[in-house]
Amino acid sequence: MSGPSATWSVENKTKPKLALYWAASCGGCEIAVLAIDEKILQVADHFDIIFWPCVVDGKVRDIEKLPDGAIDVCLFNGGIRTSEQEYMARLLRQKSRILVAFGSCAHEGCIPGLANLSTREEIFNTVYRDSVSTDNPTKVVPQTETEVAEGTIHLPLFYDTLRPLADVVPVDYTLPGCPPEAENIWEALQAIMDGQLPPRGAVIGKQTTVCDECPRTRSEKKIKGFKRIWQVIPDDTTCLLEQGIICCGIATRAGCGAKCPQVNSPCIGCHGPNEGVEDFGARMMAALSSVIDSKDPAEIERIISEGIPDPVGMLYRFSLASSLLKRSRLPRRQEKAEAGQPQMAMAAAKG
Amino acid sequence: MSDGQVFEPKIIGFFCNWCSYRAADLAGIARIKQPPNVRVIRAMCSGRIDPVFVLKAFALGADGVMIAGCHPGDCHYIEQNYKTIRRYVMLKHTLRQLGIETERLKLVWASAAEGHILAEEIAKFVDQLKKLGPLNWRDNWRPDEAEAEAVEALAQEHAEALEVPA
Repeated sequence: MSGPSATWSVENKTKPKLALYWAASCGGCEIAVLAIDEKILQVADHFDIIFWPCVVDGKVRDIEKLPDGAIDVCLFNGGIRTSEQEYMARLLRQKSRILVAFGSCAHEGCIPGLANLSTREEIFNTVYRDSVSTDNPTKVVPQTETEVAEGTIHLPLFYDTLRPLADVVPVDYTLPGCPPEAENIWEALQAIMDGQLPPRGAVIGKQTTVCDECPRTRSEKKIKGFKRIWQVIPDDTTCLLEQGIICCGIATRAGCGAKCPQVNSPCIGCHGPNEGVEDFGARMMAALSSVIDSKDPAEIERIISEGIPDPVGMLYRFSLASSLLKRSRLPRRQEKAEAGQPQMAMAAAKG
Repeated sequence: MSDGQVFEPKIIGFFCNWCSYRAADLAGIARIKQPPNVRVIRAMCSGRIDPVFVLKAFALGADGVMIAGCHPGDCHYIEQNYKTIRRYVMLKHTLRQLGIETERLKLVWASAAEGHILAEEIAKFVDQLKKLGPLNWRDNWRPDEAEAEAVEALAQEHAEALEVPA
């Protein structure tokens, strides 16, 4: 792949300006942009790429100097976990005419948002102290301020709670997916280039579920127990949920082509909630409750607790940070309800 | 909400039209004493109570949620209240992992003739929630001052750096 043809140039006023930024995410979205293959050259032809730290050298300072609204389109991937990310989100919002929440992290928090089941302290302990591969004899933990010979140096503040982009700044469009599919990225970019965008606030994508794209045959679902994927080899043609495997296709927005169920792997919901789904996990709870074939409370209890040992991880894998409850209870803010909370330790321990 | 005063839990009650809502009516007509903490929302069936309603109630400040419906076997819509049982178990299972006491969600069966049972259950639920204390769920994720200060500090730092010629 040759390097992008557009370089930093203030004089280039004729082309619309494009920025891409990366906050709390894995970097997969950056790669997904390149998955549009040689079409990236068309993007570079059409846009003046003025800020894309992963690919093009650019400075935050240059963005700060731009007049407000100078960037035509900003594709922002990643959630907001640190003060620096929040600062960049605010800055890019101010400088961009169209701000797109690009990918699941910016849209709904995604996997980094699952750390909302822990506190900052627990996350730091895991990362800098407890994990088996950590070698940190002096117990160094990031500090927001450190004194060195040359003066005080700063690190961004790490938040207890990861927030999706739209919780921090207004977002114009959302491109779902972990990461977004190349075809969908290209369609969205084309829509932007042609000025054929949907009404503001829209999620750019289909308005149906993964089930609609799934070739498996569906009939009435009655389940006596949920199975984990390592417990069974599913047959190739029947709906996975009917076979007792928790498949999130029912709540997930289509657009991926139902790739996972086609290879015997259940949908895990990476494309985000379908139109009209306010809380992904709640929709899954409603749907799964409907298919359990039992009227006996004790049996229901057993089916659910044995079949779904990690309900948040299973039903909110990508959407905890954007769900109605957003996170687990944060002990330090709940001074009053301190007593009688044995569940907290369990929730924090994460299976 | 509860600074210094006695804590009065806020409860959202989702009552089914055919049994529990009428039970609540009956309790009123019969002048049965009950604490006034429940804000009742009438639904056609307890099976209509989407888990999202319950989560939203907690997210918006409820201390407890009560779902009330017809006795199993008596559902006006044949067997929707069995779905309610399953959703209730599923919800409790999830709430537990998020650190919300499962006692904050209560499922009650009350027929149209059981005003006294409903009133009793409400009284018990209010007592239980008073022991648990306020939930204040929004406080769990509301940005704190330290976060706002850190962002402001960055803006400040960058503004100062900008004054130096690049």
